[in-house]
Amino acid sequence: MIRLIPIRETILGSAILVLLLLVSTRFPAFVAPSNLANVFNDTAPLIILALGQMVVILTRCIDLSVAANLALTGMIVAMINVAMPGLPISIIIIIAISLGAVMGAINGLLVWKLAIPPIVVTLGTMTIFRGLIFLISDGKWVNSHEMSPAFTGFPRTVLLGLPVLSWFAIITIILFGIMMARTQFGRSIFAVGGNPHAAVYTGINVGKTQFWAFVASGALAGLTGYLWVSRFAVAYVDIAGGFELEVVAACVIGGISIAGGIGSVGGAVLGAVFLGVVKNALPVVNISPFWQLAISGSAILIAVAFNARAGRSKGRIILKSAGASQ
Amino acid sequence: MTDTSAQNRHVPDRLNSRATRLFKSWEALLFAVAIAIFITNSFASPYFLNAWNLSDATFNFTEKAMIAFAMALLIISGEIDLSVASIIALASTAMGLAAQYGAGTPELVAIGLIVGLLCGAFNGFFVTVLGLPSIVVTIGTMSLFRGISYIILGDEAFRGYPSSFAWFGQGYIYWVFTVEMLLFVIIAVIYGVLLHKTNFGRTVYAIGNNPTGALFSGIRVARVKFILFLLTGLMSGVAAICLTSRLGSTRPSIATGMELEVVTMVVLGGVNILGGSGTIPGVVIAAFVMGLVTFGMGLLNVPGIVMSIFIGLLLIGVIALPRLCSMTRSRKTA
Repeated sequence: MIRLIPIRETILGSAILVLLLLVSTRFPAFVAPSNLANVFNDTAPLIILALGQMVVILTRCIDLSVAANLALTGMIVAMINVAMPGLPISIIIIIAISLGAVMGAINGLLVWKLAIPPIVVTLGTMTIFRGLIFLISDGKWVNSHEMSPAFTGFPRTVLLGLPVLSWFAIITIILFGIMMARTQFGRSIFAVGGNPHAAVYTGINVGKTQFWAFVASGALAGLTGYLWVSRFAVAYVDIAGGFELEVVAACVIGGISIAGGIGSVGGAVLGAVFLGVVKNALPVVNISPFWQLAISGSAILIAVAFNARAGRSKGRIILKSAGASQ
Repeated sequence: MTDTSAQNRHVPDRLNSRATRLFKSWEALLFAVAIAIFITNSFASPYFLNAWNLSDATFNFTEKAMIAFAMALLIISGEIDLSVASIIALASTAMGLAAQYGAGTPELVAIGLIVGLLCGAFNGFFVTVLGLPSIVVTIGTMSLFRGISYIILGDEAFRGYPSSFAWFGQGYIYWVFTVEMLLFVIIAVIYGVLLHKTNFGRTVYAIGNNPTGALFSGIRVARVKFILFLLTGLMSGVAAICLTSRLGSTRPSIATGMELEVVTMVVLGGVNILGGSGTIPGVVIAAFVMGLVTFGMGLLNVPGIVMSIFIGLLLIGVIALPRLCSMTRSRKTA
């Protein structure tokens, strides 16, 4: 029973419900099913990216380049669409996912083969990817009238009552749920993050697992790149600027331990949904959107402090360790 | 490769003679690079070898370098602070707010420094008292500090600083030597002495190499780390004063992305990103290298965002190259 209803996810889930109740006392329309579906749709890119980030963080790494990866892929597929308007959307999506995966693989190779700390690698590739957008686009925008109607219309197409964008998020959640719980790769991710030394002795290649985690994160960022550009029908250098922090925030709020090995798909999704609800509720309750940044910053700090308290072992400490933060 | 690196990851204690030699030559190599860039630039652009242009070029790195010195100590001790650019934004906003109520230059400086210290203390509290990883804490405060600036300013900007306040960012001591250059030199000397000539400096290295060992050697690890966060905050406050004074206005987006350049400068200066080694002279030369490169590219009309590609490549390349070299070397000996 305890395994079925994890405590951390329950607390976060209740926090979201309380938040929704508070907003609904003054603005009942906010919790109408159609509006909640809108909020979910608006949060879909964050959910998809948070799942990719979760895999990376679970292996004791971090990927700060997801937003830049998203923007670069988005710009490239938008330019492809302008150059070849007839190209079917399925091909565009495959291109987007592959491009993102390649960028993730670059991060992964640097972490795996050269053992460079992931934070340095992805800080570097973050600026490089952003700069490349400027180089290929010459700083120009790709606007909605240049994109084909099929390109911009696809994420908005309603399927069984929900837009395709939402379905992408739902499918990603299901796929990752199965992957993390039921596949060898998913379990090795937890093993690598939980104890890399032990993982080596059980025959898991730690570096390789981290590499594939980065590829997964990159592929999802690439997919989101297409979804983002087509949804907002515009591509330019600064799209999704600083979004990587929101993605990391979603993971941290969702209880994914930055030290690796602890976390769940449900947590990442709830973390993203929490931020999505806050973001959508702010204008409704008449708080300036400028509060968003500070709120997500505080949420990260509160969540990480809370999770560290909850996860602290109760055993007797015989030798005090100075490396509590290590 | 993987299993050995996993074992060595938390024990960067490689102070054997070969590593020491390599480490010593890093500054020499960097210095040679700086001179090469200097010569290339003077051939590439006729405007480069001009005392006033070169003086202007120092603004490219002086403010970042001030933070980089404190950041170097922090990284050597095994922590990191990604919130420095946001501390600048918050300190600058606080100064701008005070200036609206008619605060004079001394008050503004005091406010800038105090806000920097408070932000540093905030980071330090979360890392040392609550024992949280500094990367997550400072990613959080990075949003929080800049977020507060956005709450206060929105899409507005603060202007109307007292004219005497402009001295810090626009003043000259003598001929082409700016106030910021003087501050840069003073701060470099202070941190150089602090890291290389004092007990405190030795404890920083000890903590970076082995925090638990340092604790059992009687070093107050948490207190030292807290002081290092305070210093980084304080230096961000100093940089905020200089930057605000130089720009003459404050927007919440001020100094966006500067944390990356500061970390790049520190790493380029030969500081081990995993902690335990690095020198202040290395960071000084790295500051000059980055300043010369961005200035030279600016003279050649390279846009800022393209320079950031270069900085990103520099950051990865600087760490990757020695590792590639040692990999090929060990392959030869094996």
